[in-house]
Amino acid sequence: MNQPLRRIESSFVILPAENIDTDQICPARFLTTTSRDGFGPALFADWRSDQQGQPRPDFPLNRPEAQGARILVAGRNFGCGSSREHAVWALRDNGIQAVIAPGLADIFKRNALKNGVVPIAIDEASHAALLANPEASIVVDLETRSVSWPGGGEAGFAIEPFARHCLMEGIDEMGFLLGQSASIAAYEQTHAKA
Amino acid sequence: MSAPRTLLDKVWDAHIVSPATADTPATVYIDFHLIHEVTSPQAFSALRERGLKVRRPDRTLATMDHNTPTDFERVDGRVVIPDAASASQVSALEKNCLEAGITLYGLDSDRQGIVHVIGPELGVTHPGRTIVCGDSHTSTHGAFGALAFGIGTSEVGHVFATQCLLLEKPKRMAVTFDGPLSRGVTAKDLILGLIAKIGAGGAVGHVIEFRGTTIATLSMEERMTLCNMAVEAGGRTGMIAPDETTFEYLKGRPFAPLGKDWEEAVLRWRQLKTDEGAVFDLEITFDASALEPMVTYGTSPGMGVSIGGSVPATNGDESMAKALRYMNLQPGEPMRGRPIDVVFIGSCTNSRISDLRLAASVFKGRRVSAGVKALVVPGSQAVKRQAEAEGLDRIFKEAGVEWREAGCSMCLGMNGDRLTPGQYSVSTSNRNFEGRQGQGGRTFLASPLTAAASAIEGRIADAREYIS
Repeated sequence: MNQPLRRIESSFVILPAENIDTDQICPARFLTTTSRDGFGPALFADWRSDQQGQPRPDFPLNRPEAQGARILVAGRNFGCGSSREHAVWALRDNGIQAVIAPGLADIFKRNALKNGVVPIAIDEASHAALLANPEASIVVDLETRSVSWPGGGEAGFAIEPFARHCLMEGIDEMGFLLGQSASIAAYEQTHAKA
Repeated sequence: MSAPRTLLDKVWDAHIVSPATADTPATVYIDFHLIHEVTSPQAFSALRERGLKVRRPDRTLATMDHNTPTDFERVDGRVVIPDAASASQVSALEKNCLEAGITLYGLDSDRQGIVHVIGPELGVTHPGRTIVCGDSHTSTHGAFGALAFGIGTSEVGHVFATQCLLLEKPKRMAVTFDGPLSRGVTAKDLILGLIAKIGAGGAVGHVIEFRGTTIATLSMEERMTLCNMAVEAGGRTGMIAPDETTFEYLKGRPFAPLGKDWEEAVLRWRQLKTDEGAVFDLEITFDASALEPMVTYGTSPGMGVSIGGSVPATNGDESMAKALRYMNLQPGEPMRGRPIDVVFIGSCTNSRISDLRLAASVFKGRRVSAGVKALVVPGSQAVKRQAEAEGLDRIFKEAGVEWREAGCSMCLGMNGDRLTPGQYSVSTSNRNFEGRQGQGGRTFLASPLTAAASAIEGRIADAREYIS
């Protein structure tokens, strides 16, 4: 079960590239496990370290100022590619609670919402404002569905109401689905051949 | 008279267990659930932790494909997997399926193969069905007019427990391909051409319905190639309205309806097409007759050009500059003639019998260039048997190509079939992401024809010179 999440106030890490895919977020060699924990070292493993396993000091997540950041700001179509939820587990295991981009991939968004990571699509101008203020501490507020930064900047974001409710209460969707077992059984009765 | 509906609308409407409200999304019934060894174990554990059971094992089918070796030996008839972590994932799947009563086509089954190859092959993929799998290329099954899409492991658990998902309805997108394909141009080129045009995020939030005169002439296997990569355009999935080609393909397959059930099903399936006057949220048309064989140059499937083209200028695009640095390519450099190290023919995109026939038509009587490693990995054991019955395996072997067992293999490099750092491949798979085929490896995506011709020349080649 995830912790209830209502407000995140944190510095952020910037990965400006577009189309950052889930193979980068969690390379395939980290997928041969049957656990959903322990994905910390997988996060951007091939960007964080060179092929000899030495950390690249210039990679944004390796910089001292990235320590403790709970928000990632990335380029358009973040999380594209493979449906591996392991990518979200890797972010979560590194303390990331929100990803902000001018658009995120569909399956990634759904996976994020189920693991206490808020996927936030914001407009280009607000995205540019964040990129221009890399030192800022910003606030993600699920109550008001907004991101705000110092100097009065603010951007709203859309989030599906039930997913937001689940994030804010720290519950998952399973209970709601199980509560519909009578409707599901009725559907199965009338659609036996489909 | 109800309002005109799209194919997506019709399949969607038929699966609503409870409609969306102001506070909750729709509860959508899932007709069929495909699972494999990599994205299911955590879902089984979650189920166990809650004391839940798989609601419909009869609507669930398992295989192993992602991390399985393709060059294995059998010891006493059993396949031995050398990698301990992979072996443990495979044995977890065996145990989980046994406990839940789920049919598993493992390495010892003659029905084993890539999940998106065996679903259609066995006749599990029906028009109008909702189908999910913990794999993004579930879009492949949309070729039959199913609403089929990839899900994460949490949702695999939801489907196990309830056979349902909570979903917001995706938007409707129409991509119309018109005109005949030129000689040497395949369905792979069609989808690479589309993604080059609209980008890897061009269809985010949408289900793409592929339509038009080009689509009508495509075989089911070509349609699968097209829908397979709808997700590489950012689409939730792709769909194609079923027609006589679809019914012809499905008839007589092991899980297809029989007798009177078949006739009733076909009558139902014939209704699954977009009504005249139905509205899409986004529409794109594409002249397929002008298309040439395509090849990608970068690290996103949208970074593609025609085979005679050159690496484009970056025009200040930092993402593209980053991609070219990774690929070690310069703007203006011609794609054709670029030296390569490895050729991979396989994956859920291009590992079916028609793909192997195309590759064999180029390899026949020729040799793989010295220094190039070429491997053909059939999509399923059934494809492998068919290819061997046709003598394609001999053509490959005589050309110096490695002929492997069925699986995902070098598409994602989980099983040991990998590029080494710095190597270049021409690959018939679906993703050219950094390191996708092995840490530091560099991928040029192309059709089976282009891949085979490139293996012979040891460089990116134009297959049209090798086919009549």
